[in-house]
Amino acid sequence: MARTKTRATAATALTPDAVRKAYRDMLLARIIDERQWVLNRAGKAPFVIPCRGHEAAQVGWGSALRDTDFFLPYYRDLGVVVARGYTARQAMLALLGKAEDLTSGGRQMPGHYGWRERNIITGSSPVGTQVLHAVGIAYASRLRGEDSVAATALGEGTTSQGDFHEALNWASIYKLPVLFIVENNEYAISSPQSREMAVQDVSERALGYGIAGATIDGNDYFACHEATFQAAERARRSEGPTLLEFKTYRTVPHSSDDDDRVYRSREEVEDWKQKDPITRMQAHVLAEGILTKQEDEALWREVKAEVDEAITYAEQAPYPKVEDMYRHVYAE
Amino acid sequence: MAVKNLIDGVREAMHEEMARDPRVVLLGEDVGIRGGVFRASEGLVGEFGEARVIDAPLGESGIAGVAIGMALNGLRPIAEMQFADFIHPAFNQIVSEAAKIRYRSNNDFHVPMVIRAPFGGGVHGALYHSQSVEAFFMHVPGLKIVVPSTPADAKGLLKSAIRDEDPVMYFEHKRTYRLVRGEIPDGDFTVPIGKARTVREGKDLSIFAYGLMAVFAEQAALELEKEGVSAEVIDLRTLLPLDREAILSSIGKTHRGLVVYEANRTMGAGAEVAALIAEEALFELDAPVRRLAGPDLPAMPFNTVQEEHFMPNPEKIVHAARELLAS
Repeated sequence: MARTKTRATAATALTPDAVRKAYRDMLLARIIDERQWVLNRAGKAPFVIPCRGHEAAQVGWGSALRDTDFFLPYYRDLGVVVARGYTARQAMLALLGKAEDLTSGGRQMPGHYGWRERNIITGSSPVGTQVLHAVGIAYASRLRGEDSVAATALGEGTTSQGDFHEALNWASIYKLPVLFIVENNEYAISSPQSREMAVQDVSERALGYGIAGATIDGNDYFACHEATFQAAERARRSEGPTLLEFKTYRTVPHSSDDDDRVYRSREEVEDWKQKDPITRMQAHVLAEGILTKQEDEALWREVKAEVDEAITYAEQAPYPKVEDMYRHVYAE
Repeated sequence: MAVKNLIDGVREAMHEEMARDPRVVLLGEDVGIRGGVFRASEGLVGEFGEARVIDAPLGESGIAGVAIGMALNGLRPIAEMQFADFIHPAFNQIVSEAAKIRYRSNNDFHVPMVIRAPFGGGVHGALYHSQSVEAFFMHVPGLKIVVPSTPADAKGLLKSAIRDEDPVMYFEHKRTYRLVRGEIPDGDFTVPIGKARTVREGKDLSIFAYGLMAVFAEQAALELEKEGVSAEVIDLRTLLPLDREAILSSIGKTHRGLVVYEANRTMGAGAEVAALIAEEALFELDAPVRRLAGPDLPAMPFNTVQEEHFMPNPEKIVHAARELLAS
């Protein structure tokens, strides 16, 4: 599973090329997301689970680790897998349930990522199960004397699951190299954070496990990248797991079947849109001269064209054969 | 070849597989210095160390979930549930994750792990140390389920389970641990998953059973023999996938079938055996298939009289066989 190519850099040491790639990944995730909703409303895609608003957090942690590390994203983490090389074509093939979908051959709902070649571990819909898998993966790596880290993400609502507690407990007892990344967007579908926990910050809970914890501005790509990188380096030095909380906001409903108007005000959503992570990253790359305005406009055109091409490709791609549904229940 | 207890087969299989393959690890509550509450892992921590014989924090979902992660990253974990009765917190990890990972990833990932769990009653275990939970998991494609009833099968099936590329649930009847003695062949051997064992051949009726009930069925057959009744006893050994050929060919021979299990009667393993016979061999039958099972009660009581009433035993099997032959 491990590949030889390795890439991990502190945020402060990121090259202009790396920043440009991060910005492009965030933008690609955003445009894929937007187009998926259009396809859903046009009746072409049954279900969309959005990443919108989380792009800085997701590309931030997805780009801060090594290729030999393990990635256990949750269903919202399109930005994480894009940072690991997942393409617009792949996203659209999964959206439409086509045979060529590399994560599941059209079996899973969109957003249930898994890609062995890139150390992205297959995920499911019951929330929080992957958090324990990260612990077992880290245990296995350490038993073999490898220095890889297992990073897993979840929403703040999932911290209510028993598996979350059991995983933090295991990882802290054995000082395992695990990063627990909570993308806190304030809502578990309609339930606000105050209905999921009595503390202000998820990261406060780290104290109860005797591990490191930190709350980070989840709309700041550089802060998310740096916190992940540093936590991973600590984990590699056998200093134990870290509970990272990236505070962010999903600026659209939970899914294409949700209506967020019943549980939050338009003013609140509008306030968060003003803090949009893409706009913020765009301002950074322009201010730092990493891209000129013209180059930025060209980049947006290029990404949109890439996503349009992906839709055309996925729409024309074949569905799986019916008889193939009987395959891969057990080893063949 | 030496005569040993059934639990020796469990221990020897783990010992030999851990010695043979450094990827094999054991995790569970009290499996280390205590050697497990039944002593199934006695001596293993001393030989293989705490990194491979892991005293897990007390949480069954954690044990199953961590084991899945280990299996996803190149290990061959054996996850021990201290009692099958306590497996329910791990149901989600077993059913939603372990059983579905190969399928949902279109073969990109798989989970080679074993979940061992002592099950069954007749030991004054009361409601929460007597349960037979196998039927819950028989409903889950993606899992395999085995239940040994002899020391040799205990060893050979566990070795097969550890070497299997998919998740295998290994239910060991706690009453058989030291009740059942038998020869274990020397050297490395495996017993294939998916194959039933003909305990004894017969021509008048077929008794299908597993675990302690297979032991009792053999005792009942000896009793029936004194009455001139020739009972064939089939130890199912694997509940998922069921050995359809063995079941149907036995029915083709005896034309009468009795299924014995101590789980609740309704929707238990016996229902599937009976349905299989009804679908595939109805016109072979001289009488309707009968089930002898535990009553449909929430659980097994602690007190002796009610526990005895709950459990099938050789006498009840003999009685059920006589009724079947008379029908």
